[in-house]
Amino acid sequence: MPRVKIKRSKPTLDMTPMVDLAFLLVTFFMLTTKFAPDDAVIVDTPTSVSEIKIPESNVITIAIDKDNRVFYGVDGQQTREKLLDKIGQKYGVSFNEDQKKAFSLTSNFGVPVRQLPGFLSMGIDDRKKVNQPGIPIDSLNNELSEWVWQTRLTNPQVIVAIKGDVDANFTTINKIIKTLEDRKVSRFNLITDMEARPTSL
Amino acid sequence: MAEVQEKADSGKGGKKRAKKMSVHLDMTPMVDLAFLLLTFFMLTTTFSKPQTMEIQMPVKPDNIEDLTPVKAENATTIILGEDDKIHYYFGLVDDNPELITTDYSANGIRKVLLTPRIRQNPKMVVMIKPMEGSRYKNMVDILDEMKITDTKRFAMVDITQQDKDLVQSQK
Repeated sequence: MPRVKIKRSKPTLDMTPMVDLAFLLVTFFMLTTKFAPDDAVIVDTPTSVSEIKIPESNVITIAIDKDNRVFYGVDGQQTREKLLDKIGQKYGVSFNEDQKKAFSLTSNFGVPVRQLPGFLSMGIDDRKKVNQPGIPIDSLNNELSEWVWQTRLTNPQVIVAIKGDVDANFTTINKIIKTLEDRKVSRFNLITDMEARPTSL
Repeated sequence: MAEVQEKADSGKGGKKRAKKMSVHLDMTPMVDLAFLLLTFFMLTTTFSKPQTMEIQMPVKPDNIEDLTPVKAENATTIILGEDDKIHYYFGLVDDNPELITTDYSANGIRKVLLTPRIRQNPKMVVMIKPMEGSRYKNMVDILDEMKITDTKRFAMVDITQQDKDLVQSQK
């Protein structure tokens, strides 16, 4: 009687469908992902029942943190580069190529124009640590107004969104609204978090 | 690692055939990588775009005298005070109205905005006057209440000294 030969083959699992699925999902997430921008401040936005979504591009974001500091940001690297040129000319501050490059990659910032070259020369890690004083919005020295105006000249399609912290003082918000009104921006958006609409009134 | 698995010899010395080979590819490292990437993208992705509230401020008139004043019976003023309080009164400040204090809860200002006095008067204008001590959340909350109660005619107005005095006198 011949001995029964045991097949010595490793148990194999056909992983092909799993791999298919995994790569499908990887592709999906790679294409749909949009990295959260590296914001200079953490802003805790209030909630509202509004369901309008903010557009993805051509948005000026004016952030106000809980210490009433004002931060300015606009999307689009080319817009930022052109904007920096114009602001530099306006205030007589010159920027070198590295600083321009750094500015085009900064999603938002909160330093006065005079301190901007120094701020942009810092490394990315140092920039995060530095305490940004916020953009001046006083009536004597309203740089925010200039930023908004020059951005609108650079890219006429921009809309303005205000991203205020829950604890930001109304006085600061009011100054910003007045600044925008002076620059003939009468329609703007307030960024909020979602909140369920009450079912009964 | 690709490995070639030979089919076990059947033992019979038959014709010499070309050995059938099935190619097995060890896909484990690839799967590891794929899932690593998958996890990375899943965790870093931001799906929820922030909501926004659109507000339209009135364009500043060239001449302030062109504006028509609101009649007393058509005016409601909501003053956003400190410490998340709301003060409101009907009518005009000159008539020394009764100032009532409430809050932002569902039973607070919302009930007021739903009273027939406001709802059934199509000419009623709600004036929102935030005080210096109020915070941004108060402003968003009150605009939200306007939306919830479907109050169409409202305006953000700067607070006057008279209003401040009225709030002070009630304390």
